[in-house]
Amino acid sequence: MSTENNLAKKKRRSQNIAFGIFTATSYAIVALLFVILAFIVVKGIGVISWEFISEMPKNGMTEGGVFPAIVGTLCLVIASMIFAFPVGVLAAIYMNEYVKDGWPKKIIKQMTNNLAGVPSIVFGLFGMSLFVNKLEFGDSILAGGLTLGLLVLPVIIRTTEESLKAVDDTFRQASLGLGASKWETTSKIVFPIAFPNIITGLILSIGRVSGETAPILFTVAAYFLPKLPRSIFDQAMALPYHLYVIATSGTDIEKSRAMAYGTALILIIIVLISNLLANALRKYYGKKVKMN
Amino acid sequence: MHKIESNNVNFYYGENHALRDISLSMKENTVTALIGPSGCGKSTYLRLLNRMNDLIDGTKMTGSIVIDGTDIYGKNTNVDNLRKNVGMVFQKPNPFPKTIFENVAYGLRVNGITDKNEIEERVVTTIEQVALWDEVKDKLKKSAFELSGGQQQRLCIARALAIKPSILLMDEPTSALDPISTSKIEELIYELKNKYTIVIVTHNMQQAGRVSDTTAFFYMGELIEYDKTKTIFTKPAIKQTEDYITGRFG
Repeated sequence: MSTENNLAKKKRRSQNIAFGIFTATSYAIVALLFVILAFIVVKGIGVISWEFISEMPKNGMTEGGVFPAIVGTLCLVIASMIFAFPVGVLAAIYMNEYVKDGWPKKIIKQMTNNLAGVPSIVFGLFGMSLFVNKLEFGDSILAGGLTLGLLVLPVIIRTTEESLKAVDDTFRQASLGLGASKWETTSKIVFPIAFPNIITGLILSIGRVSGETAPILFTVAAYFLPKLPRSIFDQAMALPYHLYVIATSGTDIEKSRAMAYGTALILIIIVLISNLLANALRKYYGKKVKMN
Repeated sequence: MHKIESNNVNFYYGENHALRDISLSMKENTVTALIGPSGCGKSTYLRLLNRMNDLIDGTKMTGSIVIDGTDIYGKNTNVDNLRKNVGMVFQKPNPFPKTIFENVAYGLRVNGITDKNEIEERVVTTIEQVALWDEVKDKLKKSAFELSGGQQQRLCIARALAIKPSILLMDEPTSALDPISTSKIEELIYELKNKYTIVIVTHNMQQAGRVSDTTAFFYMGELIEYDKTKTIFTKPAIKQTEDYITGRFG
């Protein structure tokens, strides 16, 4: 009896230790996130005002606002998504629903993974040589959007593939079993079920695109451009690059320090809003799929 | 003439020889139960009848399966038409994430029926056919996920019947259901037999005894014995069959 009790005690103790570690690490991550957020909020909240959001930068970017950078970043997000989202989703559908298992599929998969591992500055260089120079788009939203699109393509492909894989195979079989074609099955059954999860890929890539600096460095970003872009062939300012400029190579770094934190805060808020929006969208479609 | 006729069917998953020389014929408007321990090949055989195994990469099939006088693995066979004629019900109830109405209407729509009245009429008739009408008539526009497991399975049967197949394949259709839902499905099978040729895979010996006219016992990819259900359960010719039915192995 007593040995059994000892064993039970020992088991409970090791379990408590393990759970304790798990709990501690997860709280540590949350705490760290809050520290970073708090740091930026505390340092940046002082400069946030309607003027900061709505005005052009002034006096060598030490005063005024970041309006053109906000607009530029939004343009880049939209441009890159218009390109990358459909391409990525269709590629993933092809990979998951149509290609048979075998070496071609393995190669495509491996390539996609490799693409995800390429440093973003390399994408920037590639974007410059292909879109800016070769295709003569110049430094433009088009060139920058395409470059960013390439960068997030693997993210979209991978999350879409995962979402499609998560759709139970018997749904496909049931649909095919009714004489539906593969395309009908994919478009009417599989895709709608996977769609709410595919939106997650969109969320992740929007966050990624709005924060990337290296790919836009040589393809679109303007150092100082106090007017809004009028077409996709215009250059634009962008928040991450603007942050980099006023933090490292502005006209008066000390003076613009607060503005740098303000810019960072705006960037985080944009990512946050897009995440919330996409989440709401996902919930909405999740419900709609069931009711459809 | 037999409704379904298989001749010397062999089936391989890659190197794995899953079915060995199966010859098996089924009469029209009968219920045939396929029994045997897990991995014996009964589900694999069932899924050959609507070419569902085509979906799995790296498989190979030899021999022939003839339905209504046509070799379904012949060159001129249209798989979509075959599957229209051979409905299937799965182990776990799997209604589409659509409304109750749309679940049944889906098969009609993909088969080119666009007339609203016709769709509505056939949806209603089919739901009545599976004895689900009284339970769902007020919530046809609600999600099928709101139904109980047993109701969902009957909806899945309706979904399969809506496009008027002549054969119905059932892959352990009650293994995920409670006893009351199970008996409702069994009653339904008994009624459907008048109009359809039914092939059912089951792990439940009593169920095979209750619902089927003929029973086929599979073991390790081979068809061990095939006879009238009554004969199989009272005086099987082969000892392995007897051992399995009486629960001595499996």
